[in-house]
Amino acid sequence: MLNKLIFANLGHRPVRTLLSVLAIAVEVTMILTLVGVSYGTLDQTAQRARGVGADIIFRPPGSSAIGLSSAPMSDKIPALLMQEPHVAFAMGTMVQPLSGFDSITGLDLDDFHRLNGGFHFLQGGPLVNDNDIIVDEYYAKQKKLHVGDTVNLVNHDWRLAGIFEGGKLARICVKLHVLQELTGNPGHLSQIFLKVDDPSRAQAVVDAMRLKFKGYQIYTMEEFTSLLSINSVGMLKSFIGVVIGVAVVVGFIVVFMAMYTAVLERTREIGILKAVGASSGLILNILFRETLLLALLGAAFGIVLTYGTQWLMRHAVPASLVQETVYGWWPIATGIAIVGALLGAIVPGVKAVKQDVTEALCYE
Amino acid sequence: MSEPAIIEVNGLTKTYQVGDVEVHALRGVDLQVRKGEFVAIIGASGSGKSTLFHILGGLTPTTSGSVRINGRDLAGMTNTERTDLRKTTVGFVFQKYNLLPTLSAEDNIRMVQYIGGRHTEFDASFQEILKLLGIADRMKHKPRALSGGQQQRVAIARGIVNSPAILLADEPTGNLDSENSAAVLKLMKDLNQRLGQTILMITHDADAASYADRIVRMRDGRIV
Repeated sequence: MLNKLIFANLGHRPVRTLLSVLAIAVEVTMILTLVGVSYGTLDQTAQRARGVGADIIFRPPGSSAIGLSSAPMSDKIPALLMQEPHVAFAMGTMVQPLSGFDSITGLDLDDFHRLNGGFHFLQGGPLVNDNDIIVDEYYAKQKKLHVGDTVNLVNHDWRLAGIFEGGKLARICVKLHVLQELTGNPGHLSQIFLKVDDPSRAQAVVDAMRLKFKGYQIYTMEEFTSLLSINSVGMLKSFIGVVIGVAVVVGFIVVFMAMYTAVLERTREIGILKAVGASSGLILNILFRETLLLALLGAAFGIVLTYGTQWLMRHAVPASLVQETVYGWWPIATGIAIVGALLGAIVPGVKAVKQDVTEALCYE
Repeated sequence: MSEPAIIEVNGLTKTYQVGDVEVHALRGVDLQVRKGEFVAIIGASGSGKSTLFHILGGLTPTTSGSVRINGRDLAGMTNTERTDLRKTTVGFVFQKYNLLPTLSAEDNIRMVQYIGGRHTEFDASFQEILKLLGIADRMKHKPRALSGGQQQRVAIARGIVNSPAILLADEPTGNLDSENSAAVLKLMKDLNQRLGQTILMITHDADAASYADRIVRMRDGRIV
């Protein structure tokens, strides 16, 4: 019977109900999109790192797992590392961040070929001239690029020489020495990939190197990719925390406004219910159930909207942002929406309970 | 042998504080209503009859004096106890019907059954009452689709669905035309006679009061 009243109440003001549901949906979408993009970006980075085909990654001291903003290592280090026991090959790269989530990588294609067989080109071919650039299929799609086009990056005009299959190392690659000179880092590297003669020895090699090269961040590729998680990236964790906080506040305000208006508007109805014997608990029960229903509908709609943002990113910015569907966060985002909404219903609920019956019955 | 008193009021006063001014709405009311009686309380506006209605219905606390409804003393009752009184002992009919606008007529009645902790089904005898009230075929309609007279009949059905000891009616014909007023009053009389329903009706209309077994007059917060 109560549910009937709740559905009737929500149906009585369809626009307000829809707006409340929509606002809660946006809150849920905001959380799920951020989490999805975080997971997607990290997973893509891990996938590209695995695609390099190396066994060990060697990075400068103090570098972050998700990005490199400088090239502090000498390009003499790879040769030095190749003298270490069981190291079969070493390749250094330089990474220069671009705007947003993009970065450009300088590499030696011959070294890269030795490491994993090289890129598989879908259009065009490898870097030949110094101003050649190659990009992966996602970047080409996002920027609508074709072989032969001119691409301006790092204040330099490049000629697009080839488009390669994504999933290996980087999205945008140029010759190593050209990028080093262009960015004022001649002879410097951002990271070094190592191949060992027997992959089962990778951990032992890493352990030995950590003792010798103190301060450097040296990981097996397995270790490195496991670091690419939200919990390991402090900045992301904090950012998600902030967004969740904002989402709870948004949910609180939306439901507070909606339920406060509803309680004011239903002063007489609440008075009627109390007059015929409804207890304060029952009145609160009705309001909280109504709020819960709004939150659940909003969460469900928010989850559906998340597929919309996913589609949008896949088609509008396939290289910059990758959004995964993180099913584990559905109940979490729903829970957050419910908490925000129920918090928003408390004050209107108390107002409803405290209403004087005789005054409420006279309310026009 | 006469029926026992179901409403016993002795020395009842009610004083409201309006700003700095004390308004004495009731100034020592004594009243007894026996079980099965149909009593009309008649008085002009400001005579205190609505205040008496609110106190007898457990909607407002007393200031002093004693009020016993079906053996329960209202003086000193907490809000929760007064809520329980409204749920189990008293049924209401208001001048403005006071039906929930989002629910159908049937669901308005069922909601009161639900609040009273009863099964939300109408038994055969209640179906008969709905027929008597002439609203059996209007149960699926929402209040806005019913005439004033029909809404008041639904309100009467709602008021008695949990078989309360007393049905309190506050100006039940105040919003109705004379034809509908007569019909509603006749129905209340029928309910009183056929079911033995105790009814206490507040009215300012002498014609309406004439349907009652007994008429009590109020003036300036006192029964005269």
